[in-house]
Formats: sequence, C-alpha cells, structure tokens
Amino acid sequence: MAEIIQEEKGGGGKKRAKKILPHMDMTPMVDLMMLLITFFMLTTSLSKSKVMDITLPDKITDPNQEAPKISASRTLNIILGPENKLYWYPGAVKEEDYNNLPPLFETDFSATGIRQLLLERNRALFKKIDDFNQQVIAGKIVITQYSVLVSLRQLNNVDDTGLILLIKAYKAANYGNFVDILDEMNICGIARYTFVDIVWYEEKMVEIASGASPVATSTN
Amino acid sequence: MPKIKLPTKSPRIDMTPMVDTFAVILIFLLLTSQMRSPEPANVDMPFSISEKPTPDFNAMTFLLSPDGKVFMNFDNGPDTLLKFRPKILGEMGKRYGIEFTEKQLREFEKFPSSMGVPILQMKEFLDSEDAATRKTFETGIPMDSTDNQLAMWIQYTRTVNPNIQAIIKGDTKTEFTVVKRVLDILQELNVKRFSLITNLEAAKINLEEIQQ
Repeated sequence: MAEIIQEEKGGGGKKRAKKILPHMDMTPMVDLMMLLITFFMLTTSLSKSKVMDITLPDKITDPNQEAPKISASRTLNIILGPENKLYWYPGAVKEEDYNNLPPLFETDFSATGIRQLLLERNRALFKKIDDFNQQVIAGKIVITQYSVLVSLRQLNNVDDTGLILLIKAYKAANYGNFVDILDEMNICGIARYTFVDIVWYEEKMVEIASGASPVATSTN
Repeated sequence: MPKIKLPTKSPRIDMTPMVDTFAVILIFLLLTSQMRSPEPANVDMPFSISEKPTPDFNAMTFLLSPDGKVFMNFDNGPDTLLKFRPKILGEMGKRYGIEFTEKQLREFEKFPSSMGVPILQMKEFLDSEDAATRKTFETGIPMDSTDNQLAMWIQYTRTVNPNIQAIIKGDTKTEFTVVKRVLDILQELNVKRFSLITNLEAAKINLEEIQQ
C-alpha cells in the first residue's frame, strides 16, 4: 500500500547502481491509530440506552371526586418493601380493620417469584398475547409493526377477567425495584396496572411482615 | 573451515497491514458509536425488556443521582436555530428577576451535560471557567414546597417547547422518596406520560412451565 514500487525501465541502457526501494516506517502510524482507537473506546458508548414508557393516573384534586371503583376480587396489591423485598396481598383492606390486618405474602424479583405468581393469575390473557405473537412470527397473520401494537392494545382493552395490579412503594424502596416491577408488568402482559400511594395501614402491614417493629396493635 | 556468514540484516516487519486493520476499526467505531456526554453524577441504570430507543430531540431528562440530587437536561430542539435552551433560561431569569447576559446564555446553550444548579447561583456557575469550580455549584435543583425550582423549570420548558417528553434517568440505588417527589411534581403539572431510561435485558418465559 505504502510501498512505492519502482518499475524497471525496459531496454538495456547503461548499467546503473541498484536502487534501494524506499521503505516507509509505519510504526508511528500504528501507535497513533492505537491511541485514537483507545480514545474513542473510552469516550463513546456503543449501545444506545432504551426507554420504558409509563403513564400515571390523573391526580385527584377535587375532594368530592372519588377514585374509580374496581372489583376487589380482581385486585392484587404489590408493595415494594425494604432491602429488595416484595410483598403482596389480594383484594382490599379497609381502614377500619387496622387491628386485624391480613398477613402479607413475601416474594422476590426472580423468575420463580413474582413472575410465576403474575403469570399464573394472568394466564388467559398472557396465552392470548403469546398466541398472537407466535402467529405474527410464523407469518400466519401479516400486518405491520404498528398494527401489532394496536392489536395488542385491543387484546388488553377487551380483557375483563385478568388482574388489576396496584403497585405501592414502602418508603425504603429504591428506584431499581420500581423499574423492575414495571418491567415485570410488561413481561407478563398485565393489562391493567397502576402506581398508587401507599396508605398508613399498608405501611404498618409491611413493618409487621418485615419485623421492623413489634406487633403493637394486637394488645389493644 | 570457514564459518558460514549470516547476512547481518535487521529484521523489519511491515506494519502496513496493521495500519489497515486499525483504520478499519477506527472507522467502525466512529460510525457506530456516539459521544458519551459527561454527566454530573454517575448513574447505574436498571434493566428492562423495553426496546424503544431514547429520543434524540424534544426530551427533558431528569437525572436522579444515588445521593438524592436532581439534575435536569433539555435539548435545543430538533433544529439548532430554535435555540430552546437559552430561551428557557431567559424565561427562568425573568421569573426570578435575574438578567442573563448574551455570553451567559450562549454558555448555557452549549453546556453539554445535565445541570443541577440553583437558579440564584446560575450566573456565577456560567461565568466560572474551569470544571472544578463548576462542580461546587452542582448541588441539585431545589424542589421543596417553599422553593420549587424544578416545577418552574418543567413549566417553562413545556411553555417554550410544547412537544417535549419527560424522561427519568435514575440510579438503581436512588431512594424511592426522591423519585416519588419528582413524579408528584410532574403529575401536578399534568405530565402523565413519561419514560424511564433503562438498559436492555432479555427475559425468557416458558409457557409450558406455567401451564401446570
């Protein structure tokens, strides 16, 4: 590439002294290239980070307005606890029951923990979504990427038996837990979930379950 | 017996192919990667299965550092002529009665990373030349109820650029109370849709396993 090859002139003329081919030393260039590559490796990032979308419900500012009613039998409450723990309980707890709070079930963020639980409860919808995806992949349904998303949303909207998840965070939870639980919602294809504020008796339930404070209410 | 004389020639390796290889690698890196802008706090992002790429324009990013500071960044708009950044700073200055000079506005426009400076110290921050001095001003944007500058920033950013999208970039270990506070402020200002920046991670589900 960089060597200059001199052509021998044809036709025997005078005998000249043999010319030495000029040779360029490429070593400094290699050094320079190495330096540049190292610089680019350190200052740039190859993978672009991804975003996960989330929608929060409207904030209720009017005191006369009530929160929308949902059926307790379909509701599952998930509480993000301290130290990466996860608690859940089905149905609803009323404020009057604070002396007799139901126990919380403890689980974790692994595939056999919360994911297993959600998939078992959400099996019907998840099966539908999975079948649909399989058909698209197999080429049985030929539609655009956008229509796939629309159809999936349609599947979510018509679902009326699946879970309704209420996600709550105890004060010692961290942001990683929050993203993890939202990610589980996407993995398990949960149609209806929302993020709500934790209430004081739920905080108490977490404290009882995690053993942070002794059960003081049982004596009253 | 005469000794066999070896030719005393210094061994020379031709470096040309090596240069070629490096040139190819260099060009590959230049084309596929993008510059990482320096951030005021190192964040270790959580993982998710989402495959949606981060938008390049019309995004306001809230950086939540592990020690609970909040930084904010917004882009100049899809066209550099729009100059959203200096406009937003100008509006903020008007709200707090601070007049920014042309030079300070320009300095703010080209400031590459997220900023977490209380508005009253913004002038000194923009005037200081070296990074070390600047670092001392980066105490996070105040967002308590008496002096909610974060809400003001969001409000003016949304007035100047109505198409802007809120993005949250947090560390895995950021306390949830900080995240909750930012979410509450966003919710009060009627920003209900937003994105969380994550790294990609695959999740496998075996349908047969859950059938039983």
